[in-house]
Amino acid sequence: MELALQIKDLTVHYGGFTALDCINLNLEQHTTLGLVGESGSGKSTLARVIAGLIAPHEGKILLGTQELKKKRSREQRKTIQMIFQNPDASLNPKHSIRQILSEPLLFHKIVGRTDVEQRCKELLNQVHLEQKALDKFPHEFSGGQRQRIAIARALSVEPNILIADEPTSALDVSVQLSVLELFNTLKAELNLTMLFISHDLGVINAISDTVAVMRQGKLVEQSPKDQFFIRPKHEYSYELLSAVPKMPKSSTSGGFL
Amino acid sequence: MTSGLKRIWNTPSLLVGLIMFAALILLTVFIPYISPYDPSEQNLSAFLQPPSAEHWLGTDQLGRDLFTRLIYAARTDLKIMVLAEIIPFCIGVFLGMLAGYYGKWIDTVITLLSDTLIAFPFYLIVIIVAFASGAGERGIYITFILVGWIVFARVVRGLSASFRNQEWVASAQTLGLPGVKIILRHLLPNVLPQAVVVLMTDMIGLLVAIVTLGYLGIGITPPTPDWGTMISDGQPFITTAWWLSAVPGFAVVYTGIALSLLGDGLADIWRKK
Amino acid sequence: MMSIQPILEINALSLAAKSKERLVNNVSFSLSKGESLGLVGESGSGKSLTLRAILGLLPNGVEQTGGTIKSDVSSAMVFQDPRGALDPLCMVVNQLAEVVYYRQKVSRKASRMIALELLERLGLPDSLKKKDRYPSQLSGGQCQRVVIALALACKPGILLCDEPTTALDVTVQRQIIETITNLQQELGFAMVFVTHNLAIAANLCSRLCVMKQGQIVEHGATLDILQNPSDPYTQMLIDSVLPLPELEGSRDSWN
Repeated sequence: MELALQIKDLTVHYGGFTALDCINLNLEQHTTLGLVGESGSGKSTLARVIAGLIAPHEGKILLGTQELKKKRSREQRKTIQMIFQNPDASLNPKHSIRQILSEPLLFHKIVGRTDVEQRCKELLNQVHLEQKALDKFPHEFSGGQRQRIAIARALSVEPNILIADEPTSALDVSVQLSVLELFNTLKAELNLTMLFISHDLGVINAISDTVAVMRQGKLVEQSPKDQFFIRPKHEYSYELLSAVPKMPKSSTSGGFL
Repeated sequence: MTSGLKRIWNTPSLLVGLIMFAALILLTVFIPYISPYDPSEQNLSAFLQPPSAEHWLGTDQLGRDLFTRLIYAARTDLKIMVLAEIIPFCIGVFLGMLAGYYGKWIDTVITLLSDTLIAFPFYLIVIIVAFASGAGERGIYITFILVGWIVFARVVRGLSASFRNQEWVASAQTLGLPGVKIILRHLLPNVLPQAVVVLMTDMIGLLVAIVTLGYLGIGITPPTPDWGTMISDGQPFITTAWWLSAVPGFAVVYTGIALSLLGDGLADIWRKK
Repeated sequence: MMSIQPILEINALSLAAKSKERLVNNVSFSLSKGESLGLVGESGSGKSLTLRAILGLLPNGVEQTGGTIKSDVSSAMVFQDPRGALDPLCMVVNQLAEVVYYRQKVSRKASRMIALELLERLGLPDSLKKKDRYPSQLSGGQCQRVVIALALACKPGILLCDEPTTALDVTVQRQIIETITNLQQELGFAMVFVTHNLAIAANLCSRLCVMKQGQIVEHGATLDILQNPSDPYTQMLIDSVLPLPELEGSRDSWN
């Protein structure tokens, strides 16, 4: 299968601290790679380097066949979009939803001025939000709704690769499910290529095709999903999987002396 | 529309500040219709009169109606206060955003500049400029453009630096928007409310400076009425006609309170949002 | 059935904000000696406020508008943000020793000894005995252990836990929960465990109270609730625990 993204020997240091240590990773076209790791693993740093927010000190990133340099062109920027963890801070509080959605459309000339309004409505529809939302401001929406708007914005420029950095972690459990469902639906509808980051293995299981594990800046394992969850290759993966609290099945239940 | 008015109604400081300030502005606008006198109109037979039906606040040593002079002086002083703030405000906000958003050497240069300039006492600079270019409005404008921007730059720099780490800025960056566009279109609307609040407070200081310079004789030159010169003119008569100096002084305090309440009120209303 | 007399009894507790908004409405439950009760719910369910009411530490602007809280024993709390619960400018052994000194009324020297003992029990590194450290020099998991030690220094009859592992990594989470379980067996305190993670509550607690928007929508024995939930909200919480395939070669390593 064709590779959407190739990461070769990517390294990032901050002073004496190595955030990313020689990362080699491949992302296949039209698949979802679930990236797991605990705090300090470097998964968010990796996401930001791919998205072009942080410049790596060594290594390179290949988008298809092109190498992405430090200064990316407008076209290149369009191809990789990102959704962030914190719904409270992911939308400009002073911009209306209309502004938030039309800005990328107009900047990248996806549609002309006359068609922008229509396209915004279509985008909202795709993320199951009503058209009235266009006139409102971010603070009028709940966390889950704001994430949907962020997803709509990311998808508006029709990116090749969508990076989602813990998009459901800051949401209530009831909302998490619906946002995950949305991701799954969009993934099927639009045949997306996604890099989905989470510390929650349940979420990774629900959305990924392949799983990669990071620990302290290094890539520790990359396996197809089914294999990963049943028989992981690396000891650390095993540790992570066994640390997940599971619902009790039978008579075992703690808490009574 | 109504929800906006309702919020103003529910914020007492903003409401009172607005009313006070509006009253003052209305007076300055409509004074030609309210008062039959000319501010420079002398009437030596009616000098140093106490307040009466004819002269609401009495007359000064040259027989000029005090009330009329007071409000015309308000025109002068308020006009200078606003005009002198505009350019420094724009410069300060813009430089602050540059320093906070880009950081690194841009920040270092701007901070160095502001830290150096702020070390010079404001009045010292004004006096030097006044002697160099002559007394009057011009000196105030020049001085304020030189140092007045610093307070805005500092506040906006801090805000911009904290916003820079927020995800909505990162989104604009991943989109590929150039830095200047991010600053003007994304950062500015978020930075402006707090900058305006600082503006209100800063204006009070500037008003006091204008009046002080007038009092010292190196500000507004006569015969243009100005609260500062009115206070100093009234000084010799402090024991007999104390209101000549006190009333303009009170006018300054009134304006200061109005601006202060406006600033507080705006800060309250924007914080609630 | 263990001891019948409850050590904590909450009856029709209601909490409201200054604006008269009802935050907790008519909440009742009881706790027996050595028992673990799970308070499960999402944000805004009022579970954290209920804990604070038990402790008597309601935030500014929230007051008790009804109901009673009866408790024979003292309670201590473990908070969600370990770094927020520790004084950043005070070294950890000193902080702990201070709590021991004031709560257990022993000499300064004895407080220090007891503090070091507690830290050892909590699994903190021996190096702390030689050189005290600031919270910023410890990891999140270690900070949380210190917070638990602070709570235990008060010798509480009830340990109130407010999402103590939410801010921690999953491997650290497991260690902390193991530690709490072991300590409970050793010291015999009762526990009220607040969380939004039903799986954790299910593993730790024998009884659960499901809270939604200030009210208890379901309560009872853990297994009963999980197998036969009567409220659709509970069912939703159960469904939201995303399943994982069975890991080959693992015993039920979570108990």
